Amino acid sequence: MHELFNTLSNLDLAPFSLSFKLATITTLILFVVTLPLAWVLSQSKSKVKPIIESIVSLPLVLPPSVLGFYLLVAFSSFDLAFTFKGLVIASCFYSLPFMVQPMQGGFESLNKNMIESSYIAGKSKWITLFRVALPNIKPALMTALIITFAHTVGEFGVVLMIGGSIPDETRVASIAIYDLMNNLEYEKAHIYSAIMLLISFFVLLTVYIFNHKHFKRVRA
Amino acid sequence: MISLKINKTLCGAKGEMSLEIDLEIRQGEFLAISGESGAGKSTLLRILAGLEEAEGKVVVNGQNWNNFPVQKRQIGFVFQDFGLFENMSVEQNLLFVAKDKALAEELLKITQLSELKNRKPNTLSGGQKQRVALARAFMNRPKILLLDEPLSALNPEMRLKLQKEIVKLHQRFGCTTLMVSHDSSDIYRMASRVIVMELGKVIKEGTAKEVLSTDSSYLSGEVLEIQKDKVVVLVGQQLIELKVSKDKQLNIGDYIEIEGYLAF
Repeated sequence: MHELFNTLSNLDLAPFSLSFKLATITTLILFVVTLPLAWVLSQSKSKVKPIIESIVSLPLVLPPSVLGFYLLVAFSSFDLAFTFKGLVIASCFYSLPFMVQPMQGGFESLNKNMIESSYIAGKSKWITLFRVALPNIKPALMTALIITFAHTVGEFGVVLMIGGSIPDETRVASIAIYDLMNNLEYEKAHIYSAIMLLISFFVLLTVYIFNHKHFKRVRA
Repeated sequence: MISLKINKTLCGAKGEMSLEIDLEIRQGEFLAISGESGAGKSTLLRILAGLEEAEGKVVVNGQNWNNFPVQKRQIGFVFQDFGLFENMSVEQNLLFVAKDKALAEELLKITQLSELKNRKPNTLSGGQKQRVALARAFMNRPKILLLDEPLSALNPEMRLKLQKEIVKLHQRFGCTTLMVSHDSSDIYRMASRVIVMELGKVIKEGTAKEVLSTDSSYLSGEVLEIQKDKVVVLVGQQLIELKVSKDKQLNIGDYIEIEGYLAF
């Protein structure tokens, strides 16, 4: 017991704070960049739409090593490999569909006549987005933000290729666990893994409780 | 003056059909559009609003509206499912269109919504939502008013009141109004002209009286109940008990004709 306490108090939490820093920045960047994209995709009937949708969804099916390889090639001339900045860029690609798809789905499920009423009232596409569409997709928005955050925290393959394992720079929690395993430090690996497990569970729980409450309220 | 010469292929319930309309509507006219569902009535309104594209030409007061953005058309539109802004209160729904508090208050009063002005749309009944949609449609002082069954969710009293109010507002704002309706009382009381559409084409046109009334002096009704020497018949929205001689064989669901006399 005493031993466990010692291990816990000496636990290096830097990988976790690095993971959360990475996830927060990635989520914010993706939200700002992909909000217009999700909106335009949801309203578009263009023939190019399936092509863009496929590109956005690629990180879902592509092995992280493929994404990592291309990013490494691209980064080689910018000095971004094995840096935190590089990790942020890689994470933005890797978590892209997790932000775009829920938002696009939210926009697509909106009452078409509500959006059209805004246009008829003389409002532009962008005012309609911020004043009408976005406030009406709160559950989808919440899902997009939290799942993107959680997915970035859970990243492993791409980070390993792009970032390596530099303490306080690129050694995020998932990499730290991998290193501990390789060094046969099972006790620490257990604790790190348990922390990750609990965080992931509570993140998902928050999403589901929020959405459940929201729909209850809407139905009431 | 609105001149419509449009052509569009629609996928209706009975397969593909083509919407072919050649129509002129005078400035200030109140035109009712009647016809079975799927005839293309709503699509016609949507094309005029700029929400849907069609081949042909839409000319309004000499201006070609084919590529004219919906935002600049200055129209009021009441959708069949209302299309209210769910995140805004009743009053905010109106003020979002135009920041004209005095007009909003007046319209809320006319539609008897003043007391509900802080409520969100999802807490309102169908009839209340429809009244919000109506009030909102007048907020940008429309030049063209497009109403898709605007009174269908209202009770008879409210309906009668709003029929009058819509006509008044139509005159006050100098709107040219197109109203889709199946209801003879709406059409008769409000419209100066009626067109009847079937499968994408105008098949009848005239004043409400010409289009709606028939030459016969018979009323037709549906038999709902058969008693010993009486039957209960539904004529329009009214139930009538009629005496029948016993040798008449009637079944529930039969349509019968009744000869009408004026009872003075």
